[in-house]
Amino acid sequence: MSFPWAKHYAPTNPFMKWMDDRLPVPRLVYNAVGAGYPVPRNLNYFWNFGVLAGAALGIQIITGIVLAMHFAPNGAIAFDSVEHIMRDVNGGWFLRYAHATGASMFFTVVYIHIFRGLYYGSYKAPREMVWLLGVVIFLLMMATAFMGYVLPWGQMSFWGAQVITGFFSAIPGVGETIRIWLLGGFAPDDAALNRFFSLHYLLPFVIAAVIILHIWALHIPGSNNPTGVEVKGEQDTVPFHPYYTAKDGFGLGVFLLVFAIILFFYPNALGHPDNYIPANPLSTPAHIVPEWYFWPFYAILRAFTADLILPAKLWGVLAMFGSILLLLFLPWLDSSPVRSANYRPAYRIAFFVLLGDVLVLGYCGGSPATPFYVITSQIAAAYYFAHFLIIVPLISRAERPRPLPNSITEAVLAKKGGTSPSESALAGAH
Amino acid sequence: MVRNLAMLVGAAFVAVLGWALIGSISGLISDPVAETAADRFHLHPKEVEFSFSGPLGKFDQAQLQRGLQVYKEVCSNCHSLSHVSFRDLRDIGYDEGQVKKFAADWGAKQPQFDEKAGTWGERANLPSDHFPKVYYPGQGSPPDLSLITKARHEGPEYVYSLLTGYQAQPADLLAKFPDAKSPNGTFYNPYFANLNIAMPPPLTSDGQVTYLDGTKSTKEQNAKDIAAFLTWAAEPKLEARHTAGFVSVIFLLIFCFLAWGAYKNVWADTEH
Repeated sequence: MSFPWAKHYAPTNPFMKWMDDRLPVPRLVYNAVGAGYPVPRNLNYFWNFGVLAGAALGIQIITGIVLAMHFAPNGAIAFDSVEHIMRDVNGGWFLRYAHATGASMFFTVVYIHIFRGLYYGSYKAPREMVWLLGVVIFLLMMATAFMGYVLPWGQMSFWGAQVITGFFSAIPGVGETIRIWLLGGFAPDDAALNRFFSLHYLLPFVIAAVIILHIWALHIPGSNNPTGVEVKGEQDTVPFHPYYTAKDGFGLGVFLLVFAIILFFYPNALGHPDNYIPANPLSTPAHIVPEWYFWPFYAILRAFTADLILPAKLWGVLAMFGSILLLLFLPWLDSSPVRSANYRPAYRIAFFVLLGDVLVLGYCGGSPATPFYVITSQIAAAYYFAHFLIIVPLISRAERPRPLPNSITEAVLAKKGGTSPSESALAGAH
Repeated sequence: MVRNLAMLVGAAFVAVLGWALIGSISGLISDPVAETAADRFHLHPKEVEFSFSGPLGKFDQAQLQRGLQVYKEVCSNCHSLSHVSFRDLRDIGYDEGQVKKFAADWGAKQPQFDEKAGTWGERANLPSDHFPKVYYPGQGSPPDLSLITKARHEGPEYVYSLLTGYQAQPADLLAKFPDAKSPNGTFYNPYFANLNIAMPPPLTSDGQVTYLDGTKSTKEQNAKDIAAFLTWAAEPKLEARHTAGFVSVIFLLIFCFLAWGAYKNVWADTEH
């Protein structure tokens, strides 16, 4: 489905006509990311990040497939095979650093993409399904990234696997049995390494499939925009191609530039030095920390230090998974009909407090579990849950939003002319 | 309904965290965390200028060769370098013949199983071999050094600081922490995480290694050269990476400029 004024695919080339009658893939592309998809004309640079996330997944899959040709998922030689890639495989250092840096780049753009959705209310009706599928993609990404980090079989790989699979032992009664079943042993070893490798290869393709659903669901109502006001007519939109292909091309260039600077000049800045020490089940690292993109969730896990009805560990695990699963309910927790935080003064403040709160959680999650960081995490984690489960539902009922522009076009012209929406409506287009 | 339920769940999480917070704070008051000697006396690595630092840094080949000499004469008695092959030494300026001779003359040999005799024997190293693993019977094996500069924060600076950081335990440390006297068989070194390292000082005097290229052989020079050599051992492709990075950044800057032009051109007539 699309807007009635969407351009129709009309091939003139005889081969494309022949193709269109038999397997209309070009038509699909034309309607999905071509001139056949009308998009609001006022999208800002934050709308580049979906395409960038797709590009990041593509880079991960390509570099990952080639790395898998040289990697050996066996506890005795996995670490050495990674060093073999770094030293003896042609361009192997590039592939591995691109893949490791690529994971960080992927999470960076996805976090920006998620926070853009939170700010501009992209999770609200009629785009709930887009949001739900996005949360599923995020969960799959986390599972994939965790299992990928185990593969080099360094100290952090091993002990990270030990800690994360240990979550399952928090389940009352059957927890320990489930943990051993999942690991295929009492501690991470060949069995775990092999199944993690297998799943790490599988899940990216599952992610790609859910991304197709995510985009499909997006194309039913069309893209949201910074005003949050629905598209009213043809003057509010431009065709995706060439307008947004051109803009995304520039965005992609900047993304690759940042990527290249980290990859070529600071490839180990985002990793932990301990992962260059081979896994040793007999030597626990001083501080076990996951990769940076898990730090906020790790801080939430560690914030639960007291038993209250349930054991502290179970609370921690429930809260950590809950902190992501609650996003699935967000479209119904926030009942405000206004989408964009630009017109929601109270929500806007709550959003920026949440952003700061998540950064604080991230900082605490990457730091040693000293009392100062634990206390800070406890306060920050409490705000995190309060934001989504208490503050947002209350704000959405109590808040008085600012007046919305009548249309996207009106908002665009008001911004250009520097006048208020009503004035520009009176003055008309210029 | 969803909202009421959510508020209940939210209240539960906040309550549990509040309870945990009270516990953390009262624990902090009743049982404050005591400062340890390591908290007070552990030092970050010294600032050292290396030729390979920075985005466009390159190795100094003469320094790597001196570092190899330090590794051979000092470190290799206890520490392995098992990810590095003898053939890799061609990258630091040795020719094929020199590498062949260097491998053949190397003290530790390659273990080899004799099928006929059914026993383990030894053979001389070939250029295609990795540096043989060094065993240190009875003490456990000291860490392999092939990745040491990547396995520590600020690795090259850490190696330099550790090798030049041995000293007597400061008097005020013992005055403040009487129990923190270095245990027997360990040596005080403020650059080591827990201050007491089992490795005896490897570089004890100037002139311990006689450099073939005439460079003055001080302890500091030896430490700097071995730190450089071990950086090469951990990251032999550093120069190729820096060059590729330079070319990629130039290419992407041009790409961004053209893409930005295309973007502005397409949107020229559209207010947005």
